[in-house]
Amino acid sequence: MPKQAPDKRIKNFSEVTLGYTPELAVAEASRCIGCPKKPCVSGCPVGVDIPEFIALIAEGDFLGAAKKIKEKNSLPAMCGRVCPQESQCEAVCTLGKKGNPVAIGALERFAADFERLHADPLAEAQSSDLSMGKVAVVGSGPAGLTCAAELTKLGYKVVLFESLHATGGVLRYGIPEFRLPKDIVDEEVEYVKRQGVEIRLNVLVGTTVTLDELFAQGFDAIFLGTGAGLPYFLGVPGENLNGVYSANEFLTRTNLMKAYQFPEYDTPVSVGKRVVVVGGGNVAMDSARCALRLGAEKVAVVYRRSRTEMPARLEEVENAEEEGIEFMFLSNPVRILEDDKGWVKGMECIRMELGDADDSGRRRPVPVPGSEFILDVDTVISAVGTNPNPLLIRTVSGLALGRRGNVIADDETGMTNIPGVFAGGDIVTGSATVIAAMGAGKLAAHGIDEYVRTKNGRGM
Amino acid sequence: MYRILKKEILAPKIKLIEVHAPEICSHAHPGQFIVLRMHEKGERIPLTIADSDPVAGLLTMVFQEVGKSTTELGTLNEGDVIQDIVGPLGTPRDIRKLDCVICVAGGVGVAPIYPEAKAYHKIGTKVISLIGAQTKDMLIFKDRMEQVSDEVYYSTDDGSFGHKGFVTEVLDDLLREGLCPDEVVVIGPLLMMREASRVTAKYGVKTIVSLNAIMVDGTGMCGSCRVTVDGETKFSCVEGPAFDGHKVNFDELIARQRRFLAEEKLAMEHYLAGAGGCKCHQK
Repeated sequence: MPKQAPDKRIKNFSEVTLGYTPELAVAEASRCIGCPKKPCVSGCPVGVDIPEFIALIAEGDFLGAAKKIKEKNSLPAMCGRVCPQESQCEAVCTLGKKGNPVAIGALERFAADFERLHADPLAEAQSSDLSMGKVAVVGSGPAGLTCAAELTKLGYKVVLFESLHATGGVLRYGIPEFRLPKDIVDEEVEYVKRQGVEIRLNVLVGTTVTLDELFAQGFDAIFLGTGAGLPYFLGVPGENLNGVYSANEFLTRTNLMKAYQFPEYDTPVSVGKRVVVVGGGNVAMDSARCALRLGAEKVAVVYRRSRTEMPARLEEVENAEEEGIEFMFLSNPVRILEDDKGWVKGMECIRMELGDADDSGRRRPVPVPGSEFILDVDTVISAVGTNPNPLLIRTVSGLALGRRGNVIADDETGMTNIPGVFAGGDIVTGSATVIAAMGAGKLAAHGIDEYVRTKNGRGM
Repeated sequence: MYRILKKEILAPKIKLIEVHAPEICSHAHPGQFIVLRMHEKGERIPLTIADSDPVAGLLTMVFQEVGKSTTELGTLNEGDVIQDIVGPLGTPRDIRKLDCVICVAGGVGVAPIYPEAKAYHKIGTKVISLIGAQTKDMLIFKDRMEQVSDEVYYSTDDGSFGHKGFVTEVLDDLLREGLCPDEVVVIGPLLMMREASRVTAKYGVKTIVSLNAIMVDGTGMCGSCRVTVDGETKFSCVEGPAFDGHKVNFDELIARQRRFLAEEKLAMEHYLAGAGGCKCHQK
């Protein structure tokens, strides 16, 4: 897929990948052999009819392709950009056994973008009858948006509550503009609104309005998709020095608050000359690439395991490498060094080697004694994961929580131990992917449907 | 959108605004705060709730103009709108009947201490308030505090009203003379809260401070407001803003409050040079 050249794109926040032209899309779609087993469909957490939409693209029916995707996925322009297709649908593509798999993600994005530019939004089939019941969805990130859209399809009136001043959750505050333009998020949220979902911003459910009050207001069920919360820190001396950010703070300032346009926008972010990002996930890649675009001269990623174990998408790692970001594998911070004014002046790391596999199946990194070394940096960004957001769940008495404070939800229905309260996404699983959260939102929508039908005596 | 229904200038650069926010008011407790964003390009500004009327749904906020955002907020008048307000945020203060509490407030800190003094007073706790300001002109909420306090002591840096000197000196005097409060609540500048905590530690009196750490979302997500309390990292927006003053690492927090000084200066210059600022050339 065409991309902005690395030397150009590190100076702007515009989207890196430029998308297919219709000709390229048709050519790519024509590679699909339409194999009867459709392994790609079972590789998709929301079960998109992949061969069908690809066949429509190959025939030149781009709007038809978009419509086909939206039967199963309400947010295709986002998924086409941020889903880890290489470990899902594309990983099991039959063509991939001997060569390159069909670029399913790029084709999904193409169809969605084409529709956004060419379709008449008013011509969409709207769910007019929303009389099945009333559901409150808390959090407008990928889990909440998907749950809301799916419930609308099933005939429910949905009110979507968001605590921030803007919708999208991690799609807005976390994923940078150059990977997921905010116009796309706006457009997909508009689509969900046109389906009949009412959105209320600046409402922190649990404190602005409690769950009991929502039930008393006539909501039949509540879905909690409140997402990731407080960041983990490194647990090393010096982590509260000036110049140390959590990735959440760094990205929220940059993306949600648009600090890359400071001082036109009021929220600042200061990035030094030499930045180190600690972590190996997509959030680490996003942080490193934002730091570069904000003017850092040198950006390095320090990760305690090797490249093979990195959870970040391969595409994003390659993009980061092309942009000149340095990777230091098998290294782990030991302490952050302080100058005489309370700012970061360096970070001491230790080399690691891989031992036996741990619970996650990845080989456990073990420090190599005496291998400490010092990085000359002035900014440290810690991208080592988050706890589930505590604000809502601490207001709900009796809600069953897991060891790490995550909400426990049924695998089949998404229901928590409190009848009528469902949950999905990072609040249940801890930091995971956009598509996993969407899958959980969709699953819970059907769990809610079943629950409300039973409660209201309608049967299935 | 929240329309400003009332605006008062309490002192030079200290302003009060009131908006209709019934959901926030019916859930607000003393010690909690809100986050507001004036407009599309604005910062998210945390402000402690100075008063809330659950019946009328009126939310009162008091702020001091220190940087670009608060200066711009100060230009809004009755009838103007604030785009976003979310709250109540933070952990409510655990206010229960005690024999006696001392409320120590400095500068604009009087406004956030008022709901706590009021709550203690209402349940029959003896409230002794110590209010400090730079000068007499900078004293705010005088009538309100007198209504909810059994005794009020004033101090000003220049001696223009009450004791000449710092409010923490008045606190030290009272404790030395044998006053034994169950709790001292302190809200004000960090240096003043650090000093007050040092004073009360000498007498072994429980001390609660309210920290104004720099926040972004204010909803438990970004970790900007982290502080070290008793050697552990805590988040002001979730576990605070109130903490045990004897356990807070004030020096670290004072350093952290300086993180964006250079950017704040730039923002102010940009603002003053732009349309929103000085109008002297338009005359």
